[in-house]
Amino acid sequence: MLQGKVALITGASRGIGRAIALEFARQGAKVAVNYAGSEAKAKEVVDEIYRLGGEALAIQADVSNTEAVEQMVKEVIDRYGRVDILVNNAGITRDNLLMRMKEEEWDDVININLKGVFNCTKAVTRPMLKQRYGRIINIASVVGVMGNPGQANYVAAKAGVIGLTKTAAKELASRSITVNAIAPGFIATDMTDRLNEEIRTEMLKQIPLARFGNPEDIANMVAFLASDAASYITGQTIHVDGGMVM
Amino acid sequence: MADVLERVTKIIVDRLGVEESQVTLEASFKDDLGADSLDVVELVMELEDEFDMEISDEEAEKIVTVGDAVNYIKSRM
Repeated sequence: MLQGKVALITGASRGIGRAIALEFARQGAKVAVNYAGSEAKAKEVVDEIYRLGGEALAIQADVSNTEAVEQMVKEVIDRYGRVDILVNNAGITRDNLLMRMKEEEWDDVININLKGVFNCTKAVTRPMLKQRYGRIINIASVVGVMGNPGQANYVAAKAGVIGLTKTAAKELASRSITVNAIAPGFIATDMTDRLNEEIRTEMLKQIPLARFGNPEDIANMVAFLASDAASYITGQTIHVDGGMVM
Repeated sequence: MADVLERVTKIIVDRLGVEESQVTLEASFKDDLGADSLDVVELVMELEDEFDMEISDEEAEKIVTVGDAVNYIKSRM
């Protein structure tokens, strides 16, 4: 479904980003695997993609750094000549109760999870405008819609991503560029393994399908939104959350 | 230097679908030539390619009329 398309996926060395990278490769896309610190893990993803018969490269960049992001997009274009799909997936958590949250914990999460999406979206807009084609898919979160104790910074960033998605969708729609968000529920990854037991237990009670999701559950939806089958969908936030929010 | 105006005019005519006669130095992209904000951004991108130069966001914001674009390009050549 993504044959010949060029995709840039941020935070693709692990978890949901890794699953998206592999699914894209299976569907025929060339994949730029962005990572911040996990070089070895990113290279493993690239190797795995080559084993699948695909094409990929690993690119280090901190998405909160505007210049690094511009350089990253340039590298993708130098290598593959275009960029059709951007998946803003990179994200971190620094959980703490609002009362205890340090300024640094707030800033780190906003800078990577929200400003990072802005940086990457802005950087790909120019090539996508020229191509008159683009798919931008932002990984938000169900908590950005419903709130979550202990995650004021993360929730604010994810809610911000949903608003950014709608605005970018409106600005770019006339050029056949669609922008959508996915709100994953509780997905089993390294990041969610670090959440405390109280939050995990509480969340499981709220999931009608009574299980945590897999990274592949998200990757399937991202691949659909990135495909031509989804060309009439823009500005939406699609929940993939086992029914947590209805 | 007429060459700059000719090249700029051609890009504007292609991009905005206006008549060549409408493209005067005084013509405002938005008010007279029917461009929206995104059209102007794209025009600037095409001018950058045509004249092989980078136009910063700050400079691009000052380009309101065809004359602004021509003068800016000439000043950089």
